[in-house]
Amino acid sequence: MSDNYRSMWKDLGLDLQAHDMLLDVLGKAYEDIFLAQKDRPEGMGYFDFVMSEVHGLRIKELMDKKEAGRKVIGSYCVFVPEEIVLAGNATLVGLCAGADFAMEEVEKLLPRNTCALIKSTFGFKLGKVCPYLEASDMIVGENTCDGKKKAYESLNDIVPNLYVMDIPQMKTDQGRSLLKAEYDRFKEAVENLTGGAIDAASLKKGIEIVNNKRKAIHRLAELRKADPVPISGLDALLANQVFFYDNPVRFTESMNKICDELESRIEKKKGAFPEAAPRILMAGCPMAVPNWKLPWIIETAGAVIVGEESCVGERGTRNLTYESGETVEEMMEAIVDRYFKIDCAIFTPNPDRLDHIMEMYEEYKADGVIHYGLQFCQPYLMESIPVEKALEEKNIPCLRIETDYSMEDVGQLKTRVEAFVEMLK
Amino acid sequence: MYCAGIDIGSRTIELVVLRNREIIDQKQANTGFDPMTRARELLKGVEYDRTDLTGYGRNLFELSFDAPTVTEIKAYGVGARRLFHTAGTILDIGGQDSKAIALNDNGRIIKFEMNDRCAAGTGKFLEIMARSLGYTIDQFGTEALKATKNLQINSMCTVFAESEVTSLVAKGEDPREIALGLHRSVVRRAVSMLKRVSSGNDVVFAGGVAKNPCMRRLLEEALERQVLVPDDPQMVGALGAALLAGENR
Repeated sequence: MSDNYRSMWKDLGLDLQAHDMLLDVLGKAYEDIFLAQKDRPEGMGYFDFVMSEVHGLRIKELMDKKEAGRKVIGSYCVFVPEEIVLAGNATLVGLCAGADFAMEEVEKLLPRNTCALIKSTFGFKLGKVCPYLEASDMIVGENTCDGKKKAYESLNDIVPNLYVMDIPQMKTDQGRSLLKAEYDRFKEAVENLTGGAIDAASLKKGIEIVNNKRKAIHRLAELRKADPVPISGLDALLANQVFFYDNPVRFTESMNKICDELESRIEKKKGAFPEAAPRILMAGCPMAVPNWKLPWIIETAGAVIVGEESCVGERGTRNLTYESGETVEEMMEAIVDRYFKIDCAIFTPNPDRLDHIMEMYEEYKADGVIHYGLQFCQPYLMESIPVEKALEEKNIPCLRIETDYSMEDVGQLKTRVEAFVEMLK
Repeated sequence: MYCAGIDIGSRTIELVVLRNREIIDQKQANTGFDPMTRARELLKGVEYDRTDLTGYGRNLFELSFDAPTVTEIKAYGVGARRLFHTAGTILDIGGQDSKAIALNDNGRIIKFEMNDRCAAGTGKFLEIMARSLGYTIDQFGTEALKATKNLQINSMCTVFAESEVTSLVAKGEDPREIALGLHRSVVRRAVSMLKRVSSGNDVVFAGGVAKNPCMRRLLEEALERQVLVPDDPQMVGALGAALLAGENR
């Protein structure tokens, strides 16, 4: 890395030694997991570059823009509407929460039996290794599960700029009103942060940019229905992960370019995996960078992941925001409509999620479903039992995995996943 | 055609050789600290045309043996079905894993459960508990069967159970009764796993722990039915692998 970045990281307050260590591990993991794959589309070179510069060039871009007055807002959840952030002339970034870091420090603030994602949120802050977090002018926490809700109280003591958004728990009129009120309040908070008013033109533009990004990822999803699959599940997951970091317009262009290549691969029947490889639908908790453990185990067992029923996947990108609104109020309503459909397991009851799993299983011609639950993630682990039952009633093979970010269970996970793949063959 | 199946487990390595699907040779060795050498020794002088590897060490051997691998879940399913054609559910308790496997009428695996990460409820647990009571593995089950009263052991974690055992010993409890309590706790866990997959047909108990007479009896009592145990319960995985080696893939 150039000295240029080092001084930038230092200015951001990162612990350079710890950060070097993280980049080393990340780089090595990326090589072993992504670059080691065979028959990757050439267009993935873009994502290889993005990942190699994920703490470098991208941060530099954000810092240069910050210099010119553009604010950065960090988020941990797909309920934070990017449309509003863009309309406020700010940038939204997903914050790192996919690896264990500084666990001894974290466990001074959180109980041990807290899910890995929440612990990681704290670890990246306490370990001073996430430039996105440090570059954020506002960090949005959201009251989704109890773990996150209570953890934000403690996070508030260690970050200077936490904004907490309330999220409804039921899909009722009252729930929708709450979300509307919270999005209105968030819009104001963004306006206060950036010092500029969000008007109809800027909101329209924001909606258009985010919709285009979603359309590009929908196109990718559509192409994964082919057999042989033109792109591995790992690479598609990576695209879904970069969705949260990259400049949205550039992401859209790059994604569409890869999709052009995938179309021609499909025409030539060129797959990332051989034809008739067992096809897996992943369902459950989000997988933040660099949490690639389970997909890597699945795909090295010879199966290919064809879809992610996950926040980092279709739960996060499903549905566009209606573009027919003309006034700010109409567009805010459209945004609420779009986000209120998200079938997160914090909602009760949450029948849409099961419907979506079934629908994705059919559409992506999956052979089986692997339900991924983070240990101690109550909402998804609770739902995994009725989900498994419902799938089994339809004779859809389902494997329920409960794990975290550590590598200690890799041997057993491999055996379970391989046995599941053998079952599907 | 000669087919060899090798099961590289955490405690032992098994080899089964088949000629035209009939067992002509079987051997066992401790895994030790150099499983690769142990496996090569086991194979010395053994002739075979095809081989298949299973067990937790399968991937380690995959390259040096240039042989296909299969999970022990599938290998146990295939092996058990060969020994007992009525097998519907298989309980395999080995050195570090315990698994429950359900087969459909055609012998295909339809569901399985496996312990995650820790050694609770596995052979390792029994081994450490036997040692803490001063029994050998072979004595452990037989002595437990001599117990006259029921003693509840609450900890499933190997570390906690060991201290629970120590305090029971200090209270002057009969080691045979403590031993029975420990067996019961493993069976409770195994039964709950079996109930999650149960296919309703005959239950086969395999893996090294199936050699323990107390485990067998308690399992039958808990399931209220007879349980089928192979003559060599540890060989089932290697047998399954050998049978799979003979299939066209």
